[in-house]
Amino acid sequence: MIFILLPFVEMFYASLRPLDHLFRSPYQFYSDDLSFWAYREMWNTVPMLPRYIFNSFFLASVTSIITLLFVIPAAYSYARFKFPFKNSSLYILLAINMFSGAVLLIPLYKVLRTFGLLNTYQAMIVPGVAFLIPTSIWLLKSYFAKIPIDLEEAAFVDGASRIQILRHIIAPLSAPGLVVVGIYAFIGSYAQQFLFAITFNQKKEYMPIPSGLYEFIGYTTVKWNEMMAASLVGIAPVLIIFLFLQKYIVAGLTSGAVKN
Amino acid sequence: MKQKLKSYNAQTYIAYALIAPAAIYIILIVAWPLLETIRLSFTNSSLAGEDYVGLENYQKMFSSKKFNGIVTRTFVWMFFSVSLKLIIGLIGAVLLNANLKGRSIFRVLVMPPWVVPIAIGMLGWLWLYNGYFGIIAGVGMRTGILDGPFGFLAYKQSAFISTIIADVWVGTPMVTVFFLAAMQGVPRDLYEAAYCDGASRWDRFFKITLPQITPVIITMSLLSAIWTFNSFEIIWILTEGGPRGATTTLIIDTYKQALGNYKFGRGAARAVVVMILLMLFAGFYLALLARINKKISHE
Repeated sequence: MIFILLPFVEMFYASLRPLDHLFRSPYQFYSDDLSFWAYREMWNTVPMLPRYIFNSFFLASVTSIITLLFVIPAAYSYARFKFPFKNSSLYILLAINMFSGAVLLIPLYKVLRTFGLLNTYQAMIVPGVAFLIPTSIWLLKSYFAKIPIDLEEAAFVDGASRIQILRHIIAPLSAPGLVVVGIYAFIGSYAQQFLFAITFNQKKEYMPIPSGLYEFIGYTTVKWNEMMAASLVGIAPVLIIFLFLQKYIVAGLTSGAVKN
Repeated sequence: MKQKLKSYNAQTYIAYALIAPAAIYIILIVAWPLLETIRLSFTNSSLAGEDYVGLENYQKMFSSKKFNGIVTRTFVWMFFSVSLKLIIGLIGAVLLNANLKGRSIFRVLVMPPWVVPIAIGMLGWLWLYNGYFGIIAGVGMRTGILDGPFGFLAYKQSAFISTIIADVWVGTPMVTVFFLAAMQGVPRDLYEAAYCDGASRWDRFFKITLPQITPVIITMSLLSAIWTFNSFEIIWILTEGGPRGATTTLIIDTYKQALGNYKFGRGAARAVVVMILLMLFAGFYLALLARINKKISHE
């Protein structure tokens, strides 16, 4: 527990202390003038911070919405229909999860360069979606599968069209599942905003929080208290979402990866 | 009516049509780049253009001492990191599964490193590892273990160990959560029967819990081996593969060759090696999963 939480505690503590207390060696365990000063000052030191935060949210939202658009029909199909290659394609999806983005970077970089898409939002969204699709399909498939097929059949016999069934039966019943998968995709894309972001985008206007802060560490004497404050601000949204919904997310993920 | 229902359930073409968008997307963004990487590995592609050079990239790569060192280092790094994750994860899961006060809070509190963007967590670790002002060096100096400032990321061995520790920090929560889920799935009556037979706590763990969750332990060790192998951000932010290559793993080396030096061909050859290794891991994992699922459906 200490091992897991110490870094966060220390990050928070450091963010409260004045810089000249931090820059004392050996480490001082006690500061008497703790304040939230760094949380105000960081907006001046990292002038682009609001933009980074916006970018992070924007990228994560767009990525997760696009992911859902691709995943909903596919997951429904996997949950409801029997067709050739169903199981093998599901396993291929699992296997894709195991490839790190790093092996695909070279061709993707070349393609994005040819189409002039380097240094744009799209450059980070497009590969991001690809890596969220597999797990999302697995997750959502299990939610769809829980909806009794009798309901659909009954409606169908009563003359409802496929679209009507989707709108009036599937959509409302699977709403909790959609929310969980959407949040998974959001947290996932929020978290993966580093590799693709540092590789495909050099423009500050488009940087999400992680790559923005990382770049900031590179070329100045780091004001650690503000750095930690900014990091915590970057962490806060996902942490809050996660704490509220951790039960559902964990249950979904553990059931998906260990058994069918 | 039966006829009508049959037509509702047996429309393969609808099934394919629904999957098609996702499938095409994956083919374009994942499958095609994989093949293109293989092709590029036989060229000297760079920003200037490309020519086919046959196996030259591979010959150079395998004959270089440095590359062989990197492969060995990757596996050593992986071995330590994965074993630590599994051991700590198992202990953690046992503790969280025990009837302790406040365990539900602790169950939530173990998770943050897993959810938080890795890159941001690593900024925190950069500060912890800071040789002059960081808390770890600070504690070391105060207790007299260190006799002066010590940059954990500045020396070969300590950087190697430091990156492993940070990686374990990121990876352990997930392992713990999966083990815990598995332990909660162990049927209660097994424990009750054992309790009646007078089995000790220790016996119950080794004779019931451990065998019951073995499938999960095996799958998790493979999965976390794969993820550890792929780990990029942790090393990149902490050391960028340094000092003097001491923390350069295969993934880091691939990235450096390809996008640090823009030697796409050489980078691609390394990416192919990574791919082959990953496919071996993935094959193991899927075969195992298929076997476990078969077992479950038989029972």
